[in-house]
Amino acid sequence: MKYVIFGVSCLVLFLVFVFGSSYYQKQQAEKFGFMAQENASTFIRDHSQTLGSDEAKVYLVEFMDPACETCAAFSPLVKQIMDAYPGKIKLVLRYAPFHDGAEDFVKILEAAKKQGKYWETLDIMYKSQPHWASHHNPQPQRLWQFLPMAGLNVEQIKKDMNDPAIVKIIEQDMADAQTLNVRKTPGYFVNGKPLQTFGYQQLQQLVQAEITATYQN
Amino acid sequence: MPQPDPKSNANWTILFLCWLLVSMSTLGSLFFSNVMEFAPCVLCWYQRICLFPLVIILAAGLFPFDKSVVKYVLPLVIVGWLMSLYHTLLYAGIIPENIQPCTQGVSCTEEYIDLFGFLSIPMLSFLAFSTLLTLLIILMRRISK
Repeated sequence: MKYVIFGVSCLVLFLVFVFGSSYYQKQQAEKFGFMAQENASTFIRDHSQTLGSDEAKVYLVEFMDPACETCAAFSPLVKQIMDAYPGKIKLVLRYAPFHDGAEDFVKILEAAKKQGKYWETLDIMYKSQPHWASHHNPQPQRLWQFLPMAGLNVEQIKKDMNDPAIVKIIEQDMADAQTLNVRKTPGYFVNGKPLQTFGYQQLQQLVQAEITATYQN
Repeated sequence: MPQPDPKSNANWTILFLCWLLVSMSTLGSLFFSNVMEFAPCVLCWYQRICLFPLVIILAAGLFPFDKSVVKYVLPLVIVGWLMSLYHTLLYAGIIPENIQPCTQGVSCTEEYIDLFGFLSIPMLSFLAFSTLLTLLIILMRRISK
């Protein structure tokens, strides 16, 4: 009898946890779906860097941190997904520099934008990340040597990166990240739908589902 | 099959309730961190260290019922209870934040939930540890009689 009570309790606890989780995730998905319609600017701001056609119907919003290893690892994978559906996906980059000192790299990126080398710089940044972002101690001075590879004027970057407007951009993005409950990077939203369980395959499936839904005609 | 006497049956039930409480608290804590993705602060981790093993230790004491399990879980429960008391006071602002031990990562006073206008996560922990401590003291007294 005691074994039965114990076993049933275990089962009930387990089921409550599993159903609670899936219920919560469904609620969140609905909440963000609603926000995507009613409050689209939380996902994309005027200052946000985008890549892809303006005709695209699928918006892939990525909250990223230049010092985050997983963001670097996902960067080529996101490009693969975009290449698989040419013209159908628009990538929106948002900043969530959670690592200490990662703001500096966002500043460098924004400064590179002024020179029209945003994506080249991001690419170099990700590729050289192991050199300048040893654990929890990102050091901008270690990045300088790589920046000319992106065709940048480094002296100009050093001037431009201190623009207070960039601080405002970071603050806005961090505030939106909090609203959208992004606590880890990279954080993905596809047309407002959050990536429920993290993984490349899951991201691919979510994008595919949205492509199918929006381009069915 | 020998009929167990009602007194030891009641003792088993008390211990079982302790286990149930601990299991619910553990799953609740995991729900906050893994499903709702709230990052646990340092103080939360110390309380979790005292809480999580109880699920296993109490279950082991249930089959067959072993009264000495109380002796082994009590130190963990007392430490957890003190931590949760400290955390609750810190959260409520009764202890000033500048003497808190957490410097990096999540602040121990970051507000994640506010159930019914007064229940915070540290308070949930405090309530759980207090109930647990009460149940264990009751059980200890019954056993020593």
